[in-house]
Amino acid sequence: MTTTDEIATAAAAAPAPAAAEYFTRRGGGLRFVRELPLLPLAILVPFILIAILANLIAPYDPTEPIPGAKIFEPPFWMPGGSMHALLGTDFQARDVLSRLIFGARVSLIVGMMGTIVAGSLGTALGILSGYLGGWVDQLIMRVTDAWLALPALVFAIFLATVVGPSMWNIVIILGLVYWTRYTRVIRGEVLSLREREFVKLAEIAGGSRRRIILRHILPNVMNSTMVLASLTIGVVIIAEASLSFLGIGVPAPQPAWGSMLSDGRSMLMVGDWWLTVFPGLCILLVVLATQLLGDWLRVRLDPQLRNM
Amino acid sequence: MRQFIIRRTVYAIITLLILSLTIFLVVRLTGDPVTLLAEPGARAEDLARVRVEWGLDRPLPVQYLSFLENILTGKLGNSFNYEMPVSTLYFQRLPNSLELALAASLISFVIGIPAGLISAVRVNSAWDNFGKVVALLGLSVPGFWLGLVLILVFSVWLGWLPTSGQGDWRNLIMPALALGWYFAASLLRLTRSSMLEVLRSEYIKLARLKGLPGVVVIAVHAFKNALIPVITLAGVNLVIMVNAAVIIEVIFAWPGIGRLLYEGIFQRDFPLVQGIVLLAGIMIVAINLIIDVVYAWIDPRIRLAR
Repeated sequence: MTTTDEIATAAAAAPAPAAAEYFTRRGGGLRFVRELPLLPLAILVPFILIAILANLIAPYDPTEPIPGAKIFEPPFWMPGGSMHALLGTDFQARDVLSRLIFGARVSLIVGMMGTIVAGSLGTALGILSGYLGGWVDQLIMRVTDAWLALPALVFAIFLATVVGPSMWNIVIILGLVYWTRYTRVIRGEVLSLREREFVKLAEIAGGSRRRIILRHILPNVMNSTMVLASLTIGVVIIAEASLSFLGIGVPAPQPAWGSMLSDGRSMLMVGDWWLTVFPGLCILLVVLATQLLGDWLRVRLDPQLRNM
Repeated sequence: MRQFIIRRTVYAIITLLILSLTIFLVVRLTGDPVTLLAEPGARAEDLARVRVEWGLDRPLPVQYLSFLENILTGKLGNSFNYEMPVSTLYFQRLPNSLELALAASLISFVIGIPAGLISAVRVNSAWDNFGKVVALLGLSVPGFWLGLVLILVFSVWLGWLPTSGQGDWRNLIMPALALGWYFAASLLRLTRSSMLEVLRSEYIKLARLKGLPGVVVIAVHAFKNALIPVITLAGVNLVIMVNAAVIIEVIFAWPGIGRLLYEGIFQRDFPLVQGIVLLAGIMIVAINLIIDVVYAWIDPRIRLAR
């Protein structure tokens, strides 16, 4: 049993050298630092800190009007703006900056949790489908095909109208919409892993299915899951913003970037641009950073995908 | 060939069955469907009437069969708000959505294909890096936000283009750009990778060895073959754009299917939402079937492989 486990561990470690190996093989720690994805981290880390520390950083309560402030005050550098509301106020005289700060929390939580739900469900079903084969495989793949057939946003809209709006419902809905992407890829990988020596050896050694899946298959598909996850997270964030824009996402008055865009839309015609530009820029920056991080991860974890 | 078509058609039918079953079950397992199917604010006797009307008092398998029968006979129910069959509404709006989707496809072609081509021919050049940036922005800039920014710049600040509604090309250009943006990026990525793959193949090497000029090799030999997956993606994209341009159509007040879906959400017009979702699914399964069959017809390797 130990031998097969060792083979499996070796195989799992082979494609991606662990961080420790990195230092010794590639000539010192500086190289490691230099190869970190600095730009995406420089964008993401502040956003994550802002989301975590929202209560401490935000100057005002994001759901209550600023006492004494007018509605649609512009940012501070424009005529009529004030230092009280740095990025202006919205249609209820609420502070745009505070709403953006709390909106980061919603976007990041939904983005990460939705990706985790989709990734775990998709990976689990992909492994079952690929490893067990037979009718289980047929069933899972036919459902995958059918669910992939609907445009993601249309499917999400349908689910959201049925279950009603709340942040955690959105997490589950987006998990249910995006798991299919993982299942396809992971199933393909498991089909070839199943034929590899270390899995065969583990089977001959009498390892139970459960043990083989958990000890030998799962660790070997985790790289692909991670790469897919890093590429899905931006898509999930945009999907959440879309649902919130349509009024079936995170319910008011809880601030979300998508609903802020929707609120600001009517004032766009009279030139109150800050209500639209700032939330959109936040979405853009976070999604851009996750995409860059995904590209970096893809090259790190799976050299075969480099040209994609 | 016939066997291939039969097999693919069976798969498509199974896909549609699972799709309809999913929609059927989601509505019934997440709560009492009567609350969705009855108009908001209905009284108790109305609820009872709706329950009988939609056959919700019968056992689930019977309900599902009649649900299927309704789909097959095109009876997707009546919209509360319009008091018209959902399918009539859908096909009324279809030409508008198609107009927008075709314009958006054109834009995605004009941006995506040449940029992808240049990126592939001059790999790792400044052009390629520029292409990568465009592709990255295409995936990161939400199309609906781009639409809002376009309105701000070209309608509000510059006053060049009308903000919304349907009319001539001036009404079309901003929504088409906002909608085509994302798809331009995906076409760019695919054109690039498809072209790179073709350029590495043996027959391209042979064409070069024969002494053909580089332009001929790329334009005639490589590009034509690299275009096959690109055209496929464009076909699927078109159907997705027709059905899923919800926010763009809302922002630009474009009277298409996406806006119809939005009205359905906004007015809690559940039969409308359910009908549009079903029709979108049917259209996409159909286009995938057509593409599969055309592929097999062009390329015998596909129909002979299992």
